Amino acid sequence: MADIKNILLVGVGGQGTILASKILSAALVDSGYDVKMSEVHGMAQRGGSVTTQIRYGKKVYSPIIGRGEADVMVCFEKMEAIRWIEFVKPDAKVVINDFEIPSAPILVGSAEYPQGIIEELSSKAEVSVFEAAKIAKELGNPKAMNIVLLGALVKALGLEAMDWDRYISENVKKGFEELNIRAFRAGMDAI
Amino acid sequence: MKQLMTGNEAAARGAYEAGVLFAAAYPGTPSTEILENLGTLYKKDVYSEWAPNEKVAVESAIGAAIAGGRALACMKHVGVNVAADPLMTFGYTGTTAGFVIVSADDPGMHSSQNEQDNRYYAKFAKIPMLEPSDSKEALEYMKAAYELSEKWSTPVFFRMTTRVCHSKSIVEFGERKEAKPFKYEKNIARYVATPAYAKVMRVKVEERMKKMEEFSNTTDLNKPEYNGSRIGVISSGVAYQYAREVFGEEASYLKLGFTHPMPMNLIKEFASKVDKLYIVEELEPYMEDQIRAAGIDCIGKAVIPNIGELDTDRVRKAVFGEENDTIKTEKKAVDRPPTLCAGCPHRGFFYSLSKRKGIMVTGDIGCYTLGNAEPLYAIDTTICMGASISTGHGAAKVFEKTEPGKKVVSVIGDSTFLHTGVSSLMSAAYNGGNSVAVILDNRITGMTGHQQNPGTGYTLMGEPAPQVDIPALCVAMGIRAENIFIVNPNNLEENDAALDKALAAEGPSVIITKWPCILKKPSDHDKKQFDLSKKTCKVNADKCRNCKMCLKTGCPALFAKDGKVVIDQGSCTGCNVCGQVCPFDAIEKAGE
Repeated sequence: MADIKNILLVGVGGQGTILASKILSAALVDSGYDVKMSEVHGMAQRGGSVTTQIRYGKKVYSPIIGRGEADVMVCFEKMEAIRWIEFVKPDAKVVINDFEIPSAPILVGSAEYPQGIIEELSSKAEVSVFEAAKIAKELGNPKAMNIVLLGALVKALGLEAMDWDRYISENVKKGFEELNIRAFRAGMDAI
Repeated sequence: MKQLMTGNEAAARGAYEAGVLFAAAYPGTPSTEILENLGTLYKKDVYSEWAPNEKVAVESAIGAAIAGGRALACMKHVGVNVAADPLMTFGYTGTTAGFVIVSADDPGMHSSQNEQDNRYYAKFAKIPMLEPSDSKEALEYMKAAYELSEKWSTPVFFRMTTRVCHSKSIVEFGERKEAKPFKYEKNIARYVATPAYAKVMRVKVEERMKKMEEFSNTTDLNKPEYNGSRIGVISSGVAYQYAREVFGEEASYLKLGFTHPMPMNLIKEFASKVDKLYIVEELEPYMEDQIRAAGIDCIGKAVIPNIGELDTDRVRKAVFGEENDTIKTEKKAVDRPPTLCAGCPHRGFFYSLSKRKGIMVTGDIGCYTLGNAEPLYAIDTTICMGASISTGHGAAKVFEKTEPGKKVVSVIGDSTFLHTGVSSLMSAAYNGGNSVAVILDNRITGMTGHQQNPGTGYTLMGEPAPQVDIPALCVAMGIRAENIFIVNPNNLEENDAALDKALAAEGPSVIITKWPCILKKPSDHDKKQFDLSKKTCKVNADKCRNCKMCLKTGCPALFAKDGKVVIDQGSCTGCNVCGQVCPFDAIEKAGE
């Protein structure tokens, strides 16, 4: 299965990994790849830890990624990076959004948000860290954070040559095309 | 046309292309989107509706199929338990027009209370079963299911699982082909399942089983793929996808899409051509037991776990003892369990409830099940849809003898109440119950993603509908009008007053908390009834004494930053539950 690429998007329910993965998979299908994608629905979405998994290649069987199989992992939230790190290959690229969302045990004070995540992961994997939320805010819309992260993901995958302006325009809300294209480029430049 | 679709989207498309005229369901993860798709994308051609529960959905679809139109009923695995009664007998009578029941199982319990393997239902009901392994097959098999249903006049069991329902893969789709409706003809001997007629039907069921097994051995739905002869793998559903990847190009495969009755001749032939036979199936040894019973040696659950869902990783480890290299960290992620959303109307009521000590709280299935979690811990039991009021009633009856004065409160959502809670409350009223039923009416079916129900004023297809008058319904069932209390759950004083009165009341009482789900797009009815203007809350740092009482609400918009509580303005919705909890009036509405 060496020709298959595995991408893991991890984050917190409600962060909106869906749009980013929709744009990416539209581009991959259009380029002739076999593509499978998995998401979590239902109760797990209510502020819980969520993943979107995308696999593409000549022929893809399993719709989900096993431990030690992801080529690229994009973490929409920092602590999720350590929760899912076991799912990446030792030589994987890990893109981390430097953004914290404390979980319930942290909020009520029964646990502390782990410190030094970036330092530890950087010593063990190929990690790129940046503040997607800040970049999106500077561009004028904090909601474009996911498209900034998509830009970083595309760069990590080496898929810059595809017609991203078109795929983004076709999938985002009318009137927001230009903003999202700028967000995407900012994401590519960030790592 | 070629498109990336989820299994649910593809199953809906398949039903549409197959000419289905009637579809019904009760929402339940992972099945919900099948009917949502039919009720929106294909509503011109397919009449679709939300039933109040799965039994009603199946019975309505049975009526539609007997009347001559192709019919579909969809539900999650535990929904089939609710619908098992009509299903078992419909297996006897058989159908006129094509009938398919979708069972969406949830191995791994992503969003369920158990992981029962519903393949046994097909065997139990003696009806054929199809198991798609991806979206492409979800569409193709759905169309095949209608052909087979009409060929043998039998309901067809269509078994999906979470990863088939919610994974996207490439689907090529076609056009709708109208199925000519059958002309209805009265046929008492066929459709009236009295003992006399059912005995005749019973014999026919076994004849049908024989024909179906012959078919199972020859159909393309069950496909051998011969490669090497050293290892053979029999698999079905998404487990096939994992097996195909793990065992690779060297092994031979028998992929089963038609799994009841099992193709025993085909399996014998396949087994004879390989040295070592593996059965890779998720959950129980449904196939393995039957293969072993036929005297065929194989390796299945001896190595492959029957708990949880499979993936390539688990299959590889189970069969070959191999594990991929992984990165391990010393730092561990803190758990991130799902929580009630910021502004969720259930929070205020559960906060009030959590202050009552010495009571038993029976819970139900919905977002509010999360009221059991830290820091509220306000639920003692959760069993199944509709169980809260009846388990509470039974518990209260025992406490009358064993711990007089101990009170029981049952919590249930609006949609779950209308699903099967109504009959539970009827029992409490009828049988001299003495518990408190709390109907958490958030004006929508919340957890599955906002489906309409008989209480919301709209149908699946977007038409206006009458709304169940819940207080009037309670009175009609025998609850005294003075024992019914309606509150705004975001108002803690109202909650406390209602709980005081309800717990002191003679006989069964009802509290109805009424406020729309914070994630719901307000309907016209909601806009008329509720003040939904949003003013976020802020901590006044001068007044805050850092007692952190507000954190006891468990609201995810509140967090401690440098030892001080801050309210995230992006997620706060201004419900002001925290403001009422604060002993120092340090939480204020922005702009006030």
